Amino acid sequence: MTAFVSRHPVWSVIIGLVVAVLLWSIFAPWSEAMEETFGRKRIFLNAVFGGVTLGALYFLVASGFTLIFGLMRNVNLAHGSLYLLGGYIGFEVSERTGSWLLAFPVVFIVVAALGLILQNQVFRRMEGEELRQTMVTIGLSVVIADILLWIWGGQSYTIFAPDWLSGPMTLPIVSGTRSSGEIVFLRYPAVRMAILFAAIVVGFAMWFVLNRTKLGMLVRAGVDDREMLAASGVRIQYVFLAVFGFGAGLAGMAGIIGGTFQSLSPGEDTRFLLASLVVVIVGGMGSIPGAAIGALVIGLAEQLGLVYAPTYSVVFTFLIMAAVLAFRPQGLLGRS
Amino acid sequence: MALAEPPLDRSASRERPEAGWVERIPPVWWALGLFLLTLPAYANDFILFQVFGWTFILGMIALSLMFLAGYGGMVSLIQMSVAAMAGYMVAIFGTSGIAEISMDLPWWLYVPIAIIIAAIFGTIVGALAVRTEGIYTIMITLAIAAAFFYFTRQNYTIFNGYTGFNLVVPPRLFGVDWREPMPFYYLTLGWATLAYGVVIYVSRAPFGLALQGIRDNPRRMAALGFNVTAHRVAAYTFASIIAAVAGILLVWQNAQIAPGTAGIPAVIDILVIAVIGGIGRPIGPFIGALIYVLLRTFSPDVLLAFGLSGERFKLLIGLGFLALVFFSPDGVLGLWDRWRARRAQMARDGGLR
Repeated sequence: MTAFVSRHPVWSVIIGLVVAVLLWSIFAPWSEAMEETFGRKRIFLNAVFGGVTLGALYFLVASGFTLIFGLMRNVNLAHGSLYLLGGYIGFEVSERTGSWLLAFPVVFIVVAALGLILQNQVFRRMEGEELRQTMVTIGLSVVIADILLWIWGGQSYTIFAPDWLSGPMTLPIVSGTRSSGEIVFLRYPAVRMAILFAAIVVGFAMWFVLNRTKLGMLVRAGVDDREMLAASGVRIQYVFLAVFGFGAGLAGMAGIIGGTFQSLSPGEDTRFLLASLVVVIVGGMGSIPGAAIGALVIGLAEQLGLVYAPTYSVVFTFLIMAAVLAFRPQGLLGRS
Repeated sequence: MALAEPPLDRSASRERPEAGWVERIPPVWWALGLFLLTLPAYANDFILFQVFGWTFILGMIALSLMFLAGYGGMVSLIQMSVAAMAGYMVAIFGTSGIAEISMDLPWWLYVPIAIIIAAIFGTIVGALAVRTEGIYTIMITLAIAAAFFYFTRQNYTIFNGYTGFNLVVPPRLFGVDWREPMPFYYLTLGWATLAYGVVIYVSRAPFGLALQGIRDNPRRMAALGFNVTAHRVAAYTFASIIAAVAGILLVWQNAQIAPGTAGIPAVIDILVIAVIGGIGRPIGPFIGALIYVLLRTFSPDVLLAFGLSGERFKLLIGLGFLALVFFSPDGVLGLWDRWRARRAQMARDGGLR
């Protein structure tokens, strides 16, 4: 952090200013003139929170994607299919048992097991042939998408959140003042706040495991130099299995979350695959903090774009990606 | 780059310089040419228009991918979007059912405009994509292709959003309705042959050879004084022009264009076609396209015969693609080459004994 500030003083000031303006516009009450030019503060706040929670969901999907890529150099283009599969299984489990929470461990185990099988039976056979692995993941995504369409059909499903998470909750953030001078606080769906909280917990847990445990040490060493790690006697195949299984399971659990606050239908797999791609391109391949920043930026750009320029919200995402590629091809936090 | 390794220049090195160019063409090509030219005599309209017309169009789009991947080592997933861009431009500058947007320009104006705009689009994407290598190129071009799809779906002022354009038909030229099966067959056959020939020519021209050198060793080519980035971007431009021509034919065949034309499944299909055929040689994409179109057209009947729903052709194509990538990374052409090599080996062993 300090090294970054001393190396890039101008960028640090710009980033600091943007963050400060964003925080100020979230917490400070807006004046009349601001409400006239930018619209109601409530709308802005909803867009910001929508963006942050969407970013949280993107982070859950993309962190597994970027971890798998960083360690195994495997662009898993079937990652979106794992997301959708997890969502459908989660829907079935929560419908049959009536328990939303139970769906998470079940989906994690099932999808992680599928990931283990894929890594052990498919990708291991073509290690080092990156292009061929990518082709195989494309083939898998076509096959899985069609099987899912076969089983669950073309209609869209929504997973219902449990009672204790449904309904809005009041946040300590001022959204506006009534004419009587009474202060109105922002009310926001509780389930989305829970998702945001869960994503932050998962993010910190991953950081902890990666930086403070032996397994994390092995993973980081593998990201830096796979051959050297294998040569020093580590059974790298087990590390690969663990990471692929975890990444797949995380994508599956993200499917439940996505099915809860949006919906599940054919085509969602490519949407989340695209989101993961853009997030890791922006954030930097193989970097978990990069995935977090990329997810936040893309989520915010998408939601703010949707509110303030509905026709061009996709273009914002694309422009951010193009700008990052043009000025920093390895991504914001990626290493060249 | 295991996929780009198969023999690319074998036919070039094998030919003897003293033979005339007519004798150098193997008899199989004469037979194939004769068969394709006389096909309307014994094939029905459905085969001509739907099977072969579509094969040539998809083959050309996949050919542009093959050029980039086989000779340039860049697997670009943007080619379908470039083709769709050309199709959209034909609909916007030409005539369509959406009178508010279409400009009704004459064909000799809107066709070049469409090709130029699509080529510019492809070049810009290429300029972004060549900043990366290998699998990164796939990721970035896929992301841009997806952005193009979502943009055309959301934008109503230019691309007419979800519905797209309908009633986009070819101009009546020389008193011929080019959407009739037979003229359209010859139209696509002619352009596909031209594209094939141009790709063969360019692959042996200095530019193509430099591109193949860059594919094999960019640093050495840079040291020799070649501008690596410029060659790669120019390859994107060239491939985009082929894809743009195919895109125009595609919009004329379907008579309509919508965001789904360049949706993610369509983008992936082009890669599947090129890989199934084999991205080692320019004929590969056309073989792949024929296999794809045949599967797509006739697999519902076959699946129904086995008691499965006819909609499962995607599963069939996906499984076939997986099996092929698994067992023969260089596609059907690779299978053929290996079969021939084994035959030759067996013949040699037999001769020795």
